[in-house]
Amino acid sequence: MKKKEILVLKDLLGSNKMIASEIREELTEKGILTINFLSSPGAGKTSLLEQLAEQFQSQYKMAVIEGDIETERDAERIRAKGIPAWQITTGGACHLEARMVGKLFSEIPSNLDFLFIENIGNLVCPASYDLGEHIRCVLLSSPEGDDKPKKYPKAFTTSDCLVITKSDLVPILPFDIHKAQNEAMEVNPQIKTFVTSAVQGTGIKELTGFFIESLQKLRKQNA
Amino acid sequence: MHELSIITSLFEILEEKAKEKKARRITCVKLQVGALSGAVPELLKTAFDFYKKDTLASQAELDIDEIPLKVKCKKCQHETFKDDFIFVCSNCGSSELKILAGTELLLEKIEMEIE
Ligand SMILES: Nc1nc2c(ncn2[C@@H]2O[C@H](COP(=O)(O)OP(=O)(O)O)[C@@H](O)[C@H]2O)c(=O)[nH]1
Ligand SMILES: [Mg+2]
Ligand SMILES: [Zn+2]
Repeated sequence: MKKKEILVLKDLLGSNKMIASEIREELTEKGILTINFLSSPGAGKTSLLEQLAEQFQSQYKMAVIEGDIETERDAERIRAKGIPAWQITTGGACHLEARMVGKLFSEIPSNLDFLFIENIGNLVCPASYDLGEHIRCVLLSSPEGDDKPKKYPKAFTTSDCLVITKSDLVPILPFDIHKAQNEAMEVNPQIKTFVTSAVQGTGIKELTGFFIESLQKLRKQNA
Repeated sequence: MHELSIITSLFEILEEKAKEKKARRITCVKLQVGALSGAVPELLKTAFDFYKKDTLASQAELDIDEIPLKVKCKKCQHETFKDDFIFVCSNCGSSELKILAGTELLLEKIEMEIE
């Protein structure tokens, strides 16, 4: 019996990255700006999507992929706004993977402007999985505390923008918006911050403005 | 806990390599896990020990090389290790840093017994 050592040097997330690149390429070609929303459970992802749906209304076509461990509830909330939505239930898995998004691909209309993906509520695991998005957006709600960026650095270092949600609650909480923003910028100096409230409807216009600008850039790059 | 799904992909590669080399047993598996890889070494070990039962690797050891986050300043070229994940150059204060190491999640090598 011989002992043998073989050198492999293979990325364990390699197959996910490969599928994600294919997805991104196809979405880029179709001119559909894709945004992956990450946050802990209850930070307000679905509420923000409802607000975005109202803001975009008839001017832009959007669709949503909802990720949850169980239930079709979030997809139903989005459909109630007249927006096409697909629910991925992972049956326990704590994150979405690119192949799950890939499976839905044939059903996604090609005349969309925006495709939003609501990831599983979890600030850790989803950060490691590229889904083929153009923009990764991490949400931090004010009740969670302003010290989260350094506690969950990967979610913040890999995101393009930070949305501080539930700003309506800031007056009654020991939450410092600047501190949260500064912490996020320490772990990711390029991150763009938005502050929103789904209850008051504030900050949504700034966010849609950023998405529209990014969509135009994507299409210019295609032309 | 996405470590189990990482270990599932690891075993896909292990099975493929073992078949290719006609291995009888896998005795050791070595990974490189970066501080910013998103995976926790302890959890990878737990998942590995759970998964390896009834496979060619049932007796195998998982050896993890933990790679610290290493950055290089784009302005002053200063290279340093960061254990706080704060992306500011400790030499000149610039925030334009390039990551040199620390995001990897690699299967480095496999040790196996062959007929
Ligand atoms: N006060 C306040 N509550 C909010 C806001 N956005 C969401 N919520 C509430 O937070 C809870 C979780 O919201 P949801 O959108 O389902 O979070 P998700 O799990 O991230 O999708 C719900 O009870 C929402 O009504 C907000 O801007 N302000
Ligand atoms: Mg939700
Ligand atoms: Zn420097």
